[in-house]
Amino acid sequence: MATQPRLFGSSIKRREDPRLITGRGTFTDDVKLPGTTYAAFVRSPYAHARIRSIDTAAAKAVPGVLAVFTSKDLAGAGVKTLPCGWLLPGIKVPPHLPLAADKARYMGDAVAVVIAENPYLAKDGAAQVVVDYEPLPAVAAGEKALAGGAPQVHAEVPGNVCFTWTIGDKAKTDAAIAGAAKVVKQRLVNQRLIPNAIEPRASLASVNAGTGEVTLWVTSQNPHVHRLLIAAFVLGIPEHKLRVISPDVGGGFGSKIFVYPEECVVTWAARQLMRPVKWTAERSESFLTDAHGRDHVSDAEIAFDGRGKIVGLRVKTIANLGAYLSTFAPLIPSYLYGTMLSGVYEIPNIFCDVTGVLTHTAPVDAYRGAGRPEAAYLIERMVELGARALGADPAELRRRNFIPKEKFPYTTPVAFQYDSGNYEPALDKALEMIDYRKLRDEQARLRKEGRHLGIGVATYVEVCGPAPSQAAGALGAQAGLYESGSVRVHPTAKVTVFTGSHSHGQGHETTFAQLAADELGLAIEDVEIVHGDTGLIPFGMGTYGSRSAPVGATAIYLSLQKVKEKGRKIAAHLLEAAEGDVVFEQGRYSIKGAPSRFKTFGEVTLMAYLAHNLPKGLEPGLEFTTFFDPPNFTFPFGTHIAVVEVDVSTGAVKIVRYVAVDDVGNVINPMIVDGMIHGGIAQGAAQALWEHGVYDDEGQLITGSMMNYALPHAADLLTFETARTVTPSPVNPLGVKGAGETGTIASTPAIANAVLDALSPFGIQHIDMPLTPARIWDALQAARR
Amino acid sequence: MSTVSVTVNGVNRKQEVEPRLLLVHYLRETLGLTGTHVGCDTSQCGACTVLLDGMAVKSCSLFAVQADGRKITTVEGLAQDGKLHPVQNAFWEKHGLQCGFCTPGMMISVCQLLERHPNPSEEDIRGELEGNLCRCTGYHNIVKAVQYAAGKTR
Repeated sequence: MATQPRLFGSSIKRREDPRLITGRGTFTDDVKLPGTTYAAFVRSPYAHARIRSIDTAAAKAVPGVLAVFTSKDLAGAGVKTLPCGWLLPGIKVPPHLPLAADKARYMGDAVAVVIAENPYLAKDGAAQVVVDYEPLPAVAAGEKALAGGAPQVHAEVPGNVCFTWTIGDKAKTDAAIAGAAKVVKQRLVNQRLIPNAIEPRASLASVNAGTGEVTLWVTSQNPHVHRLLIAAFVLGIPEHKLRVISPDVGGGFGSKIFVYPEECVVTWAARQLMRPVKWTAERSESFLTDAHGRDHVSDAEIAFDGRGKIVGLRVKTIANLGAYLSTFAPLIPSYLYGTMLSGVYEIPNIFCDVTGVLTHTAPVDAYRGAGRPEAAYLIERMVELGARALGADPAELRRRNFIPKEKFPYTTPVAFQYDSGNYEPALDKALEMIDYRKLRDEQARLRKEGRHLGIGVATYVEVCGPAPSQAAGALGAQAGLYESGSVRVHPTAKVTVFTGSHSHGQGHETTFAQLAADELGLAIEDVEIVHGDTGLIPFGMGTYGSRSAPVGATAIYLSLQKVKEKGRKIAAHLLEAAEGDVVFEQGRYSIKGAPSRFKTFGEVTLMAYLAHNLPKGLEPGLEFTTFFDPPNFTFPFGTHIAVVEVDVSTGAVKIVRYVAVDDVGNVINPMIVDGMIHGGIAQGAAQALWEHGVYDDEGQLITGSMMNYALPHAADLLTFETARTVTPSPVNPLGVKGAGETGTIASTPAIANAVLDALSPFGIQHIDMPLTPARIWDALQAARR
Repeated sequence: MSTVSVTVNGVNRKQEVEPRLLLVHYLRETLGLTGTHVGCDTSQCGACTVLLDGMAVKSCSLFAVQADGRKITTVEGLAQDGKLHPVQNAFWEKHGLQCGFCTPGMMISVCQLLERHPNPSEEDIRGELEGNLCRCTGYHNIVKAVQYAAGKTR
C-alpha cells in the first residue's frame, strides 16, 4: 500500500484559488436576486449636530425610489440599539440606534436610508433628502474630550468617560520606579488607522414570503455572531428565522467582525418592502464608517536597575473609542492591551491605567492585532529608549531581560500566563540573518559619509486564540469564545467539514482540509470545507484574534478523532477483533500484528450508513460535532529586524531590509503562514511610516479617501526575509498558535525603532508615527536649532 | 438611453444603457461578469481594471458608452479553452492572492506589465503595479508571481 505523505506542514497550493483567479468567486455584492432593490444612506456631514427635521418628500418623489426611512420609522417598528459585546466593570454604554435620531455624533453617522430600484436611483433619492441640522461643537481627540467644558458626546456618558480600567499593582510599581537606577519617560501616540479591506462592506437581505425566513448575506468575519446580535438584540427576529451567509469576503482585518447599522437597516427594510434590499459601501463610506483602529495617547515610564534589568513599567493611556461603542470596543484597549505590556520581558512590576473616551469620530474597535500592536509598540519603544539611555546594545538589552525558557508557562504581573516560549533562538536567528555585528559596523562607516542607516529590533509576544470562555466571561465577554467543528462522513467516504471559523483570505479551505485528509487517510479532493453559513453550520464564533488554527482547527481535529473512534468500533466488529487490537493508519483499520486483516475507511463508512451489521447499541451514521473551548490563549513570539535608510536632507525613509523570525508553534501550511506574515508586516510598516486617520478639530475626517490616506503600494515595500523557530503550544493538540497578526504587531516597532536609530546622531529621541518625511524633516530642523 | 456595442471576452454585446452607467457596473450588473470588482471611488485601488483594446484601464473611471465599438477583456476572459492564462497560473502557484478581491484587477495589470516588460526587474514590477492596491499579501508573493509568469510567458 502506498503511503500518503502527511499534509500537515506541507505548502500545498490553495484550493480556493481556482475560483478566485477566474472571476468565479462569490462576494456579497456579486449575489443577485430577482427583484433586488438598493439602499443608499444619507449621512451627516457634521461631526456633531442636532437633527431638527428630515424632509423626505422630494426623495420619495424621485422616480424609482421605493421608500425612505428615518429613525422614527425604525423606532415605531421596535428596532433597538446595537449591543456592545464586552462590558467592563462600571462601563457606561450609550445607545447606538441604526439611524441617528436626535443627534448625529460623527461625520458619516447615518440619518436616513433611501431604497430604490437601482443604486443610481437610490443615490439620486438620497441627494433629495433634506436634513435640517443644527451644527454643535465637536471634539475629535481623546485628550481634548476629557478636558473640562468639552462637548459631550452622549448625555449617558458624563465627561465622555466611558470606562476607566487598571491592571497591575500600582503601589509596588510606584515604589520600584522611585527606587530605580534609571528611569526613562516618554509620551507615545499610537495614531488612528483606517482598516481598508479592499472589498467594501456590503449586505443583502431577502425574505422568503412563504416561510418568513430572512436571509442576510453580509461581509462578516463571524456570521453566527451577526445573526445572534441582529436577531436577539436589534431586530427581534427569532434566531431560527434568520440565516446569515458570509460568502467570499475580501479581507477583514477586524473591520468585518462588528455589527454595523447598515446590515440591520437593510434586513429590516427587506421585511418592510418584502423585496431583497442590497447595500454596498462606497470607499468613502468605508473610510467614514468602518470601525477604525488604535488611537491611543500614552505616558509611559520604564525603570532599570544598575545591571540593566527592567524593574518597573508604568503606563497611563487615553483610548479614543469614537462616538459609539462598537461591538468589541472596550476589550481592545483593556484586556488585549494592558495585559500584553510585559512583552517578552521579565518585568516584576507593571501598572497600567486606561481611560476609554468618547469623541465625535467613527467608532474604534479591533484592527489587525487589536491592542497587542499598541502594547508591543509601547514596550518595544520604551526598551529601545532604555537601551539608548543606558548606552546598551538594543538587542543585548532585550536578551538580558527575556523571560528565560525554563520559566514557561510564565505568569506576568498583568494577568496572562504565557503558554510556551523560547525567545533567544528567534533573536539569534534574526541577528544572524541580518548579520547584525557587520551591519552595525557598516552603519558607523556610512554615518561618516553622511548616510544614515537605522537598525530597528522588535522582540515581541502576542496573544492569540481567544479564548477560554470562562476566563473571557469573567473579564466582561458577553459570549463564549469556543469554536465548533463538525465532520460529516458521507456514505461513500467523502467528507464535509463544517467550521464556525470564517475565511476571508486565510485559506481555511486548504489548511482545514489538510488536517482532515491526514487524519482520515483520504485524498484532499475528498474533503470539502464549509464555512460562513448559519444555515449549515451548528454555531460559530468566527475568525479574529488569530483563532482559526488554535481554536477552529482544533474543534475539527477533535471531531475527526471521534469519527475515527466510531470507525474503530465498527471495524473491530466487522473484523471480529477486540477494539483495542484495531489500529487506524493510512485509511485502513487493521489488526495489530496482522496487517493483512483490515477494513478500509470506505468499507467502515459504508457499513455505518448501511447499518446491516453494527456493534450492538451503536447508532448508524458517521458524523460528529465538537465545541472546543481552549484551556488557555496561545502566545506566538519572535524577532523582527528592520534596516532603513533616512535621507536627512528630505526626511524620506527607505526600507532596505526586513527580517522576520516568527514562532507561531506548529505550522499546517508554511506558504499560507508566510503569506499572512508578509501582509502583516506591510500593514505594520504602513502604520510606522504612512497611515494616519486624521480628523480636524471640528471632527471632519480629512483622510477620507485613498487619495489622502496613505495605503502602501508595491513600490513602497520590499521582499521580506522570513524564517521560523517552532515552539509548539501545549494548549491544543495541534501545537499551533496563530499567525494572522504577528507581522502587524512586530513590524511597527521594528520600523519605528529603525528610523529613530538612524536619527540618533542628531539627538532625536522620539517622533510620533507615522514617520513621514515631513515629520522627520521637522524633527531634524528642530534638532539643528 | 444610449446604445452601446462592445466585444467582451470575444462575445459581441449590444445594449441600451443609461449614459451615466459606469463601465464597471455595465460589466457587473448588465452582463453579470462579477469577476471585475469595485474597491474604491477614486480610481486608486485598481480592483476594477480591465483591458480595453488591450490597454489596462480602470473600468470605474469610464462610462459604458465610452467603450462603444471597442474590445474588452475581463478576468473571465483570461483563461482560454479551459486552460489558465500563465498569469492566473502564476498567482496560484506563487500564492499571489489571499482574499482574492484585488486579484482580478491585479492580474489584468500584470498582463499589461508583462507586455511592456517581458523580462521585468523587481523594480519594474513594483513600479508598474502602482495603480493596484492589495491589503493582504504585502505584494511579496505578487512580485514572485509576476516573476514566475515572466519566466513562463517568455
